Amino acid sequence: MGSITLEKVSKSFGTTTVIPEIDLEIDNGEFVVFVGPSGCGKSTLLRMIAGLEDLSAGRIVIDGKDMSNEAPAHRGLSMVFQSYALYPHMSVYQNIAFPLKMDGQDKATIDKKVRDAANILNLANYLDRRPGQLSGGQRQRVAIGRAIVRQPKAFLFDEPLSNLDAALRGNMRLEISDLHHQLQTTMIYVTHDQVEAMTMADKIVVLNAGRIEQVGSPLDLYRSPRNVFVAGFIGSPRMNLIEGPEAARHDAATLGVRPEHVKISTTEGAWKGTVGVSEHLGSDTFIHVQTESAGKITVRTDGDFTAEHGQPVYLTPDAPRMHRFGADGQAIQRT
Amino acid sequence: MARAVKTRTKLTFTIIGWTIGFLIFFPILWTFLTSFKSEGTAIATPPQFLFFDWTLENYHEVQSRSDYGKHVMNSIVISVGSTLLGLLLAIPAAWAMAFSPTKRTKDILMWMLSTKMMPAVGVLVPLYLIFRDWGLLDTRIGLVAVLTMINLPIIVWMLYTYFKEIPGEILEAARMDGASLAKEIVYVLTPMAVPGIASTMLLNIILAWNEAFWTLNLTAANAAPLTAFIASYSSPEGLFWAKLSAASTMAIAPILVMGWFSQKQLVRGLTFGAVK
Repeated sequence: MGSITLEKVSKSFGTTTVIPEIDLEIDNGEFVVFVGPSGCGKSTLLRMIAGLEDLSAGRIVIDGKDMSNEAPAHRGLSMVFQSYALYPHMSVYQNIAFPLKMDGQDKATIDKKVRDAANILNLANYLDRRPGQLSGGQRQRVAIGRAIVRQPKAFLFDEPLSNLDAALRGNMRLEISDLHHQLQTTMIYVTHDQVEAMTMADKIVVLNAGRIEQVGSPLDLYRSPRNVFVAGFIGSPRMNLIEGPEAARHDAATLGVRPEHVKISTTEGAWKGTVGVSEHLGSDTFIHVQTESAGKITVRTDGDFTAEHGQPVYLTPDAPRMHRFGADGQAIQRT
Repeated sequence: MARAVKTRTKLTFTIIGWTIGFLIFFPILWTFLTSFKSEGTAIATPPQFLFFDWTLENYHEVQSRSDYGKHVMNSIVISVGSTLLGLLLAIPAAWAMAFSPTKRTKDILMWMLSTKMMPAVGVLVPLYLIFRDWGLLDTRIGLVAVLTMINLPIIVWMLYTYFKEIPGEILEAARMDGASLAKEIVYVLTPMAVPGIASTMLLNIILAWNEAFWTLNLTAANAAPLTAFIASYSSPEGLFWAKLSAASTMAIAPILVMGWFSQKQLVRGLTFGAVK
């Protein structure tokens, strides 16, 4: 079991409020990602759930029990830190065994659990090494190993992949998702990388300045962002946000259209413009176009499309997939 | 040509360095040499540097007149005892200041250090009276207590600096892993701070070993450490340079040897964090 409920949880440091009241339900076995820009309070929120930060107000309920004032160790949660936070003076084996040793389990049980975890994480050959002798990815696995041996109610990940290089990050992303399928344990994962959020989450919680902007499945957020912030944050490359007369023509203060929902043509279309930079990724091409009526627009098109710098082109947005936002930044429902 | 100038500069600095080093070391060397002279040769003008009749007479005399072994034991008990007690108090204090600092932490650190700025003689009378009333005069326990208090600010400061270097996330990880506060300090913090703790310990043992003001004023015979042993060869019985030198050599020998063997550790600890 591992359901977590936040009830009117808030956090202030002195007079500065970092997190105004937050309510959130996390179901057993769910993979929840907290995503938002730096300083949005996502790490603080995670640390509050872990018990490393005190609550200013509100309750944290884990499996139906109020844990707001419990010590971190009593909450039955495991955490993987951004810096891995391995014990540098202990071997990999001792690192993974540490929580079990603190729990007072006997040597034989500890040994079995450590070896099981090491097998799951491909660490069996490194048990005698010190963290300093491991690569970044291996250290991350040790940190995860240390988290799984306790068989916690939930795992908390605090930006665990941000210290890894891009290729390794992709691999670890898959490994963590795999682990979630294997263990079926609740996971809460904090990241500022919306790609990680989209690819891993069952449920994404978008945070901005301590407030929850939207909660939903990755595709929910992608298809119907509730406001301009979520629209701009989820999706890569980011959604084109158009203001001014072109938006007003559609009865909106801001008009949003994703790069993949704009057609580009050399002959005809709704918005006339000239090609700026083209980014060729092979599979796709991102073309940045300066239009006359809609400003700067990014278009995602197939990898074979080529356009010269300065070439005149025409863009056509896919009307049913356009997003309209009012002056308050909130989405206007389609009628 | 540039290279030649560089070599000459190097040579100049080398000579200056060795000269300064020799000047600093000279008193110790002179004491050592004097300890092998007869009292007459010791005060001869012009002084004799190496070519005199070497004798061990002073060492025999010093050993027969006072019990060197007892003084050494007292010095060891007092310096090691006050250092261990100091560490026991300072580790939690430095932990609190390094990992849960408040607005006043810096002030407290400064205040602790400021007690070192007060002349010791200022509190001699009250402390002497307290020691007399509590029956602590001339006891090892009394000296351990007073030296712990005197060196505590330095121990806390040094440990605080070392602890600051340890990432807080590692301690939080220990907390998540179910370590109680005591276990967190014993299993995680202390092992990680071992170089720092070791050099604090060494420096503090040296300071306590050489501390003369309190050890001279608060002891008579029973708990007198080596500082008192040296002092007994100065004024009260007239100046016997050769015997005083022999006593001094015997007093500093153990700590000198310890310092020599641990200098690597000492330098590493003192520059901990400055260079990674």
